[in-house]
Amino acid sequence: MDTELLARIQFAFTIAFHYIYPPLSIGIGLLMVFFESMFIKTKKEQYHILAKFWTKIFALTFGIGVVTGIVMEFEFGTNWATYSRYVGDVFGSALAAEGIFAFALESGFLGVLLFGWNRVKPWVHLLSTIGVFLGSMFSAIWIVVANSWQQTPAGYHIVGEGLNARAEITDFWAMVFNPSSVERIIHVWLGAFLAGAFLILSVHAYYILKGRYVAISKKAFKITLIVATITSLGQLVAGHASADGVAKNQPAKLAALEGHFETEAPADLYLFGWVDKEKQEVTGLAIPGGLSFLIDQNFETPVTGLNAFPEEDRPSQINAVFQFYHLMIAIGMFLIALSLYGCYLLWRKKLFQKRWLLWVFVFTALLPQIANQVGWFAAEMGRQPWVVYGLLRTDQAFSQAVSANQILFSLILFMLVYSLLFVLFVYLLNKKIKHGPYEESEEDDDNRPLTKEISQAVTG
Amino acid sequence: METFLGLDYPTCWFLVVGGLFSGYAILDGFDFGAGAWHLFFKKEQSRRIALNAVGPVWDGNEVWLVIGGGALFAGFPVMYATLFSSLYVPFMLFLVFIIFRAIAIEFRGKEPMLWWRRLWDVCYSISSIMLAFLLGVVLGNVLQGIAIGPNFEYAGSGFFEFLNPYALMTGVTTLTLFMAHGAIYLLLKTEGRLFAKLTYLLKKGMIFFMVSFAITSLYTLLYIPHLSDDFKSNPALFIMPLLTFMSIANVPRLASKRNYKMAFFFSSLTVSLLMVLVAIELYPNLLFSTLDPKYSLDIYEAASSDKSLGIMLLFVAIGGPLVLGYTFFVYRTFRGKVQLDDHSY
Repeated sequence: MDTELLARIQFAFTIAFHYIYPPLSIGIGLLMVFFESMFIKTKKEQYHILAKFWTKIFALTFGIGVVTGIVMEFEFGTNWATYSRYVGDVFGSALAAEGIFAFALESGFLGVLLFGWNRVKPWVHLLSTIGVFLGSMFSAIWIVVANSWQQTPAGYHIVGEGLNARAEITDFWAMVFNPSSVERIIHVWLGAFLAGAFLILSVHAYYILKGRYVAISKKAFKITLIVATITSLGQLVAGHASADGVAKNQPAKLAALEGHFETEAPADLYLFGWVDKEKQEVTGLAIPGGLSFLIDQNFETPVTGLNAFPEEDRPSQINAVFQFYHLMIAIGMFLIALSLYGCYLLWRKKLFQKRWLLWVFVFTALLPQIANQVGWFAAEMGRQPWVVYGLLRTDQAFSQAVSANQILFSLILFMLVYSLLFVLFVYLLNKKIKHGPYEESEEDDDNRPLTKEISQAVTG
Repeated sequence: METFLGLDYPTCWFLVVGGLFSGYAILDGFDFGAGAWHLFFKKEQSRRIALNAVGPVWDGNEVWLVIGGGALFAGFPVMYATLFSSLYVPFMLFLVFIIFRAIAIEFRGKEPMLWWRRLWDVCYSISSIMLAFLLGVVLGNVLQGIAIGPNFEYAGSGFFEFLNPYALMTGVTTLTLFMAHGAIYLLLKTEGRLFAKLTYLLKKGMIFFMVSFAITSLYTLLYIPHLSDDFKSNPALFIMPLLTFMSIANVPRLASKRNYKMAFFFSSLTVSLLMVLVAIELYPNLLFSTLDPKYSLDIYEAASSDKSLGIMLLFVAIGGPLVLGYTFFVYRTFRGKVQLDDHSY
């Protein structure tokens, strides 16, 4: 295999693995802040228990997020040296801002958050929790700014030519607020909230089903369900805004996301389908003119298709981009439906009797994770063949000095280490969940649901 | 060219990066050092205390690496790209060990089985040793120079070139320095038998450090002439190595008086003075080419634009005090001897 392909596989693998964890930390962090604030406000022990329990799970995801994140930073230099030289002036300042304004806040207060329960006053501890949460939010801002600059470069000029060409910053705020950054930051934040919220829903649904920690779990489930519902609806708006931005700023990418080839024609909106790149056909179920309507509120408006771009400027994996994008949307819609239905049942006070629905919630924890992953796959593969849209091609960006063997060596190493890390993560997560938020005592027994036989006997 | 306090921006940024790496070396230095001693402690209780001495702070310490790396990337992108792609293998190994070390810290206490804890103890200690060593190896390669060819691209012979005699020497010197530094940190955090054992280990560590430091310094003076050029052309700078020697000598003196707080201060000062020496030896170069001096990379060739550096200097002016503030707050919260509770590792 060639160096470029290996470098891409390594980057994709390490970033995909990394991206399991930071969204969980952000999402869990949001609810930790909520639980702990409620504890300070109401002095009710159940909120304290919830805050402590989720802090333990948070510690696990955060720790893995930090170390796998260092890998990402180093890989820019090791595997993408040409890219680093090209964008360092612009991209670097976003990364430096992330380090100094976000990571320092996050990791500085982490020690107090995890180990300081008995050492500082409750409100100081709450401030530390908020510090860590804000740090993780800021971190998302800066890294998405950097990535958005790669999608829609702004506030720069090019200096030098050929191998010595560099992008240099001319307007910092134009770089920060480049055309796609704001909506993408919100999209990423909400994706992270969903990842955290649905994990919390999953665990507490599981407890309710098993009849353990029932009272506390119902409390947590209700609060988190409301957060999840608001977030999933918000994601509809944010996702739409983001797609609108792609239509405006990266037409070739939009065409790939939607499998649209002919520029003159109004574009259909596929709910699902299969793209045949050779025949330039999509087989599937579509709303005729639907994409035109979404972009321009008119079913007849033509949308720029892939054929408007020279072959070498189009993403090569159109079907993959199409599938990833559509899977993300399908999951988003499912999450909206599920959380709204959950809220309806909550309102009718029937939620906790629907065991099948609780089981659905148990497994839904995986879906936001999948949506986050495939959403990024679509975003990054859809930007190809560019690493910086319209400026620098991916096949020119990797390190010239590094051999394919070196990358193969490190790729295998990362696969082994990350497999081990993932197994340990799942094992410990499972163990913490099984162990539960506190030691169970006799009185909890009253809250356990009656078995079928007993309830039949009682009701006669 | 823009200036700040009479220094041009690339020079200012050189100082910022140097400051960040010194901070990183002082902080992660003591926790790598503490980890390197880990297997010398035999009792479960001692190992737990030693691990929890770094427990609340190791993560924050590693952030200095992330910020230092980001600062290098942002301010000297050409240096970042050239250095990291030239030393591909040591950097990848560094990443693997940093992951293993984090896993070991996180997971050791999660199961009570003896084999589980032994396994992670070994993992923690070996990765701490390797990390300190690899940092030294990278430093040695930077000091000695790398086979850089045209366009600042590495043109050397590949896989194991980074393991040259000088790099091995600086690797061992860094490891011994961090071990002495880490032992003093642990002395501040422990009591009883473990404390007594550490006073003994610290003496050994200091001797190993002084011997390897002397050998490395001699080798540097004899075989790497480009590093002493700045001193020869500006003899006033000889005050710096002199101060460094005094600072080093102060550490065992204070340790024998059992004044470990001051000893820790002076071992931190030693770490930063050594970084100052490195900075003087390099400036204005960042990376010396062993192929041809004309391929060497200096701060002006490596630097981002003045516009970008200006923005980032502003970040440092705003963010720097904040970072110091958080760091101070955390160390204050966990000051004094380690107390294990149900939140400990």
